Amino acid sequence: MTGLRYVYAVCRPFGTPLQAQLTGVGGEPPRLLPHGDLVAVVSHVPEGEFAEKPLRANLENLDWLTAVARAHQGVIDALTTVTTPLPLRLGTVFRDDSGVRTMLEAREEDFRRTLDRLEGRVEWGVKVFLEEEREPRAPAPAAKPASGRDYLRQRRQQTRSRDDAWQQAEIFATDLHRALSESAEDSRLHAPQNPTLSGATGRNVLNAAYLVPRVKSEEFVERVDRTKDGIPGIRVELTGPWAAYSFAGEESAGKEEA
Amino acid sequence: MTTPSRLPDPYGQGSSANLADILERVLDKGIVIAGDIRINLLDIELLTIKLRLVVASVDKAKEMGIDWWESDPALSSRARRDELTRENAELRERLARLEELELEPRRAQEENT
Repeated sequence: MTGLRYVYAVCRPFGTPLQAQLTGVGGEPPRLLPHGDLVAVVSHVPEGEFAEKPLRANLENLDWLTAVARAHQGVIDALTTVTTPLPLRLGTVFRDDSGVRTMLEAREEDFRRTLDRLEGRVEWGVKVFLEEEREPRAPAPAAKPASGRDYLRQRRQQTRSRDDAWQQAEIFATDLHRALSESAEDSRLHAPQNPTLSGATGRNVLNAAYLVPRVKSEEFVERVDRTKDGIPGIRVELTGPWAAYSFAGEESAGKEEA
Repeated sequence: MTTPSRLPDPYGQGSSANLADILERVLDKGIVIAGDIRINLLDIELLTIKLRLVVASVDKAKEMGIDWWESDPALSSRARRDELTRENAELRERLARLEELELEPRRAQEENT
């Protein structure tokens, strides 16, 4: 069969079949490629899009990238409901099945260790936003400062309330992160997302990922929910359950041989 | 086997999952394996994609939370504007200070004449 192999994830063999209508990158259904006691989840992708040159160009095309990213995540998501997948980074492509098998064999030890570490665990994303009041471009729409001194006073007041809100949000985020870390096995802090992103309003002051056993997920979610209507002006957002993306790379961090 | 039924319903995932959440994970996280098709995703991810996005579609890039160029005066007129605003504010403060300093002597002068 022609075409390249796009690899989504590596997992242990699992009994539950994938949803029949599940499609992956390029609309192809993902299939399982077992090798030893590991399974690679792969699908066929056309050379016209995924050979080195077109891939490089496509990765710079946002529409293409968005579609592939969503398809990739869709497959990982489906796997997460039936097993514990090790998600690979987007764009892992091999020439044929045997290339994938060779890779599985070469990294077998690594995969096993990481799979053992993550077995039965999922990732939850928690973000804290500081809602911003109408600021900063129009400093004083109604009352124009009457004098320089007036102006200075107004400015000082604005700065002070902004600083207070920031400080409050920071304390809130720190406390929340500490509390959630206690309910999680592991945690990662990610770079804050941009406020304009996804139409999310406010400033992202915490963007964290938590590794939580499935069986404790309900508890974790409840814990997050309870913080949600805490302080006015501060918003908590929960996403998940994700495959343990943020925790898959590690430990095998000494794998520079690859 | 695992017990998916124990898992709470997804929060903010699926179609509502924001693109930044997804890209953050599928591009930045996950296991890195050198496939047969060699792409240095790190390079592309950090430089090319973001740069191209700026050129290709600022709105979409912003949707994704990529906006670092906005604060770089070399790349953004808004950043230049912000710099002007800052400078303006500084000048106003200096003006306010000068007003205070100048007010007293001038008043004294006016009284004298």
